[in-house]
Amino acid sequence: MIEGLLPDLEVIRKDFPILSRTLPGNDGVGLPLIYLDSANTSQKPQVVIDTMVDHLERHNANIARAMHRLGAESTEAFEAARDKVATFLNAPSRDEVIFTKNITEGLNLVANTLAWPGDLQVGPGDEVLITEMEHHSNIVPWQLLTQRTGATLRWFGITDDGGLDLSNIDDLINERTKVVSLTWVSNMLGTINPVREIADRAHQVGAIVVVDAAQAVPQLPVDVVASGADIVGFTGHKVVGPTGIGVLWGKRELLDRLPPFLGGGEMIETVAMERSTYAPIPHRFEAGTPPIVEAVGLGAAVDYLAHIGMEHVHRHEQAVTAYALEGLQTVPGLTVLGPLDATQRGGAISFELAGVHPHDVATVLDTRGIAVRAGHHCAKPAHARFGVQSSTRMSSYLYTTPAEIDALVEGLHYTRDYFKVG
Amino acid sequence: MTAGSSELDSLYQEIILDHYKNPLNKGLRDPFEAEVHHVNPTCGDEVTLRVHLDGAGAAATVGDVSYDAVGCSISQAAASVLTELVIGKPVGEAMSIHEEFLALMQGKGQVQPDEEVLEDAVAFAGVARFPARVKCALLAWMAWKDATLTAVEKEKAR
Repeated sequence: MIEGLLPDLEVIRKDFPILSRTLPGNDGVGLPLIYLDSANTSQKPQVVIDTMVDHLERHNANIARAMHRLGAESTEAFEAARDKVATFLNAPSRDEVIFTKNITEGLNLVANTLAWPGDLQVGPGDEVLITEMEHHSNIVPWQLLTQRTGATLRWFGITDDGGLDLSNIDDLINERTKVVSLTWVSNMLGTINPVREIADRAHQVGAIVVVDAAQAVPQLPVDVVASGADIVGFTGHKVVGPTGIGVLWGKRELLDRLPPFLGGGEMIETVAMERSTYAPIPHRFEAGTPPIVEAVGLGAAVDYLAHIGMEHVHRHEQAVTAYALEGLQTVPGLTVLGPLDATQRGGAISFELAGVHPHDVATVLDTRGIAVRAGHHCAKPAHARFGVQSSTRMSSYLYTTPAEIDALVEGLHYTRDYFKVG
Repeated sequence: MTAGSSELDSLYQEIILDHYKNPLNKGLRDPFEAEVHHVNPTCGDEVTLRVHLDGAGAAATVGDVSYDAVGCSISQAAASVLTELVIGKPVGEAMSIHEEFLALMQGKGQVQPDEEVLEDAVAFAGVARFPARVKCALLAWMAWKDATLTAVEKEKAR
């Protein structure tokens, strides 16, 4: 028994119906699914599926505008999901929880509204600071912002062992810095970044701190206040919830100062032909009919995780990650990109296998029922930093077993044999 | 035999693995009339490809195809097989081969390849059953078509 694993792992696995399906193998023999792509999207427990089906079957109506029983029920379910998310993140106020369609939209909301007139508007001479290990969704919106406003984009580099290079932090965070946006946990390297330390430094110069927590919220206990950040975003489908729903938490005093993002229904107070006034947060940033059933599903998802306990999920991830790092080292020619100490990283492990391209690795593993990701994982600059074009990535979650890691390691040995490497 | 290996063998034909390990015509060369750079945005595979035409108009033939590429075994082997098939052929005939290969790749495994036309490229028939890998096989072929059309246009403009 490996220390730190969730004690009722087999029971938890039964909560996820997809984990019991088989894939077509040779000669009609079914292969058990070994799902090691949870950093890409997580699987969904029955309670999330049932909650969404129940909402559609019994409570479906538009929210906040339907003057009938179903409308009231739907609104209540949607707003209850906001309460659940607020509690899950330890947000001081439920109004600070804005539903978006995903983290990409959340980051674009911030990067766009900072370009527009207002007392936080970024302009020529200002600097926006990101890192080289960001997902493309935390790079491109800031490139667009700085290109549109004449501001300068700067970034932290990456050390050889996959950490953030903070050696030039005094230069990078200066009185011109208006925004610091960084990932909490790297989706490619797995690195856990010192968010609090960087946030404290950024606040000394009055910069806004934005945190991409897409990979952090699924696997770490996240307390948005303790994080030191001003804005924290994540996406629902990586926390056992559905696609199409994301969350942007922000401090009220900051959100109140940002201009509206999308205009339309629900985000207004009153509309005349000449001009409009806007609703207070969170509705000010939720124009149009939102993804209602997805939000309700997300509420069930964070309840599910809270019930298990994020500290237990985190311990499980660390145990599986340590076991995987150990197993991967037994494969000749395999190089892990990122920290080798499981306590310093998340559960996504990217690696290279000498002589076999990641696509080919993924295809061979797929024929053995093992799902991994191959490519640049939307982190091309981080790959370029290590001189690689793409990598193979395994990522575990609360339902991953050591036996599945064994199957991966065996599959990688087989891959080398198949391609006659070494 | 391990489960799944016959499915794998249908994808990774010996011919493909041979071309992957010993690619033909690789490296960028002069002369050339057109050079293109194509990427597969989903996976990051890249190819830079040059085309040199001999002759002009209807008599033009594909004089040389040279390339530099990074990517998986399927994309690398496809580039190698492409050059072997089209170099020395009249442009019109080479375009027909391209169409035949494209039809095979987009055929979801239902199209019977014409070995007379496609030669070694028939080995890619199995790729069509792996939807995620079709773009790998087509990367260099689409780059070649793009470069060749550019070279023909340039020729016309002269």
